Amino acid sequence: MLTFITPKKSTNKLTLQLLIASIFTLGLAACNDSDKVAEEVVVVPVMPEPPAMEYSYSITLTNLTYAQPLSPVAVALHGDTKMWQVGQPASVALEKLAEGGDNADFIALTTNMATISSEGAVPPGASVTLDISTTEPMATYLTVATMLVNTNDAFSGLTGVDISALMLNQERSWRLNVYDSGTELNNEALGTIPGPADGGVGYDAIRNDIDLVGYHSGVVSTDDGLSSSVLTQAHRFDNPAVKLTITRTK
Amino acid sequence: MKVIKQSPIKSAFTVLALAFASSTTMAQELSITVTNLTQGLHFTPVITAAHASDNQLFMSGEMASTELQSMAEGGDISSLASMLTNADANINENPAMGLLAPAMSASFSLTNDSANTHLSLAAMILPSNDGFVGLDSWKIPEEAGTYTVFLNAYDAGTEANDEIRGSGAPGEAGMPVPPPLDASIGMNGTGVTDMESNNKVHIHRGSLGDDNMTAGKSDINNSVQRWLNPVAKLTITVQ
Repeated sequence: MLTFITPKKSTNKLTLQLLIASIFTLGLAACNDSDKVAEEVVVVPVMPEPPAMEYSYSITLTNLTYAQPLSPVAVALHGDTKMWQVGQPASVALEKLAEGGDNADFIALTTNMATISSEGAVPPGASVTLDISTTEPMATYLTVATMLVNTNDAFSGLTGVDISALMLNQERSWRLNVYDSGTELNNEALGTIPGPADGGVGYDAIRNDIDLVGYHSGVVSTDDGLSSSVLTQAHRFDNPAVKLTITRTK
Repeated sequence: MKVIKQSPIKSAFTVLALAFASSTTMAQELSITVTNLTQGLHFTPVITAAHASDNQLFMSGEMASTELQSMAEGGDISSLASMLTNADANINENPAMGLLAPAMSASFSLTNDSANTHLSLAAMILPSNDGFVGLDSWKIPEEAGTYTVFLNAYDAGTEANDEIRGSGAPGEAGMPVPPPLDASIGMNGTGVTDMESNNKVHIHRGSLGDDNMTAGKSDINNSVQRWLNPVAKLTITVQ
């Protein structure tokens, strides 16, 4: 499931550093015999292509909700970019993830440098651990996204988080809130919710909500007075919905 | 701080070793204030512990211990306290001397031994079946200063959220209703649900409640006894 992007700038940069280092070393060695300094410095050995540095991370996600299974979790490493922003319309890839739990397009976004998806949904109270690796030195930003499937278009995750400062074996944790993709009305109606509470339609290209990503206001449910809702009191949730931990393993 | 008995020569080495070690190896003096941020929930006696990094009061996504269950279903922190004491934790119990009412604070001091690098806290929220406010293993900073941590409401996953009057004993249905809350909680509710489908500690979904004090599904008042996270604020001053 891992997608590798071959390194581009990395090797060049490393080669240059190694060249500088080798010149410095030669210079130091030459100090023993000052007559030969100039001669030795111009002899620059041809360096073999150094192997690309690999970075690996272990990511554990825990579903903190009572009764909202989480759709297959999408994890991506990429450059300095955000896959969504509050106040901006959702991409179609995000819309498909948030309305239907389908992360295929989200994983396939060309800005991604390494990606992985969990095998299946993550049930309430369950955890999943995913390992991701990259040799791309620019892939230092993390995005994780997953749908709360017993909703119209709620998702949780984080995007564009800089993880470049993570030391080996260091871990960072977050408790993640719930977003609303703003692409589908939260009518909780029969046939509109893809999760087990309904088994309805997931992604629909029509955008009939405000078309801006925002924080989710929670579900109402039939028990709390939305008589047309297919959801019950059990499907209600509060923030945070997800606990996420990343550990750099290589 | 632990007392170390050693020969004079060895002590000299110890002093040297301490001089080189970071401040994490020293005991710390903590001044802690817990604030109930809600306007309609009471907290039962709060227990706070500084403990070793490999100990945990609770873990989201894991089943509650029986000690945690007693606290979450009935507000009884005695078994949690003995568990923590057995694990050499430094604990503070019941700083509010009873219920911590809506919008109220309680302050206390805690001295943590060098090995007790993590802080946890728990108290049942009322009215609820097995809801609690919790802090799960927060690493105590080495640097002196004042730190603020916001706490969420969890569900212990040990009892169905029927939201009706009942028992605070572990494994028995219903919510405990101590005398100060008696007048504010309804009666004759038929029960919101009789099942608990998620037996792991998780974020509480909130109470449903209803607007009928003498009938309906729930004995919880749906316009007063509700909340959104965070439900508590912890202010920790490391001296």
